[in-house]
Amino acid sequence: MDAPRLTVRQLGCERDHRMLFQHLDFSARNGEIWQVTGANGAGKTTLLRILVGLHGFYDGRVEWAAPLSPALLYLGHQPGVREELTARENLEYSRALSGQTGDLDAALAAVDLYGFEDVPAGRLSAGQQRRIALARLWLDGKAVWILDEPFTAIDQQGVAALDQRLREAAAQGVLVIYTSHHRVGDGVHRLHLGQNTEVTA
Amino acid sequence: MSAPTLTTVWTASLHRELTLIWRSPADIVQPLFFFVVVVTLFPLALSPKPALLALVAPGAVWVAALLAVMLSLDGLFRRDQESGALDLLLTAPGVSVVPVTAKLLAHWLLTGLPLALIAPLLGYMLQLPVAVLDTLMVSVLLGTPTLTVVGAIGAALTVGLNRGGILLAVLVLPLYVPVLVFGAGVVRTALDGLPTGGLLAVLGAILALAVSLGPVAVALGLRISAGD
Repeated sequence: MDAPRLTVRQLGCERDHRMLFQHLDFSARNGEIWQVTGANGAGKTTLLRILVGLHGFYDGRVEWAAPLSPALLYLGHQPGVREELTARENLEYSRALSGQTGDLDAALAAVDLYGFEDVPAGRLSAGQQRRIALARLWLDGKAVWILDEPFTAIDQQGVAALDQRLREAAAQGVLVIYTSHHRVGDGVHRLHLGQNTEVTA
Repeated sequence: MSAPTLTTVWTASLHRELTLIWRSPADIVQPLFFFVVVVTLFPLALSPKPALLALVAPGAVWVAALLAVMLSLDGLFRRDQESGALDLLLTAPGVSVVPVTAKLLAHWLLTGLPLALIAPLLGYMLQLPVAVLDTLMVSVLLGTPTLTVVGAIGAALTVGLNRGGILLAVLVLPLYVPVLVFGAGVVRTALDGLPTGGLLAVLGAILALAVSLGPVAVALGLRISAGD
């Protein structure tokens, strides 16, 4: 088995005088899917922000085997979509900023936004705005996907398509780490945050 | 594994920022309207005597321009932060200074530049001699980018706070003082018929300093705000 892409050692984070999690130990490899679960306020979003380097106040170590930022596709708790811009403009900007490649229209069509490319995002529903952000998963060029609640506000069909996309990507060697209560098929590693933090490989 | 070229990021960012401001015209009109209204109120409040107005004109125009820029900066990063677009910018490969600089340039082009263009008209209204109006415009032209960049540092540091407006003013106003002193000073010097080259050069030097180091400070400020 190849060396882990991500190694987390004794990770702990305190917020507002409350220990969110501590002594967190796990290592993740390319091609694996990790599901982070836990009650509301258990620190799922904070954990992901620590992993991508946005949140700097923590104990322990987070080590990436290769430089993270060129490989990272991060989808935060907010979709990062500006309402004044159209679906295509939003995606075009995030593609340029992250250095991804691929066809914008094909990616938008993959998330069922065909015909909505030139509609300002503010006129779309919450689920459709989320889909604009998710369209990045259908662009190429990223090997680590860190997704904060990707299934929120997505309908059943969308969830199925996203499921399939995550499994496809993992099969191609992408490391996927996401928070959600939705489980993407079998063989998914699980990390539960809470009173008893547990790692199920 | 992919990292974008600087040119790609720069072009895409500049295009996006200009589109964003262009699509919410209130952001362009509001500072301009504030500027015009404040300067217009001076003759009404003081007295319409031409000699008195010409005396207060440099200060009045400059104070109004300074406040107009500062008020426009409060929301500079807010909507990007609320929508999560800021996290996208901070986690992107490459230096975040590039998209940040594009944002500042776009903001200045659509708020600071219009102020500079309309300043001579307001100076004329306040009875400044026509010969001084070009100096007034150049001074505002050189001063407003500095105000934008320095104010953006404050905006970056206060973006995560509710009601960050007052804190922004407290942080930024002391740093605005040199620009105000030299900006209004240039116009007064021109009024006295003295050479203005030296003072304009000082304004230019402050601008060079702000433009070269400011965007880095803004990017760092955003990172600090995001890390909380």
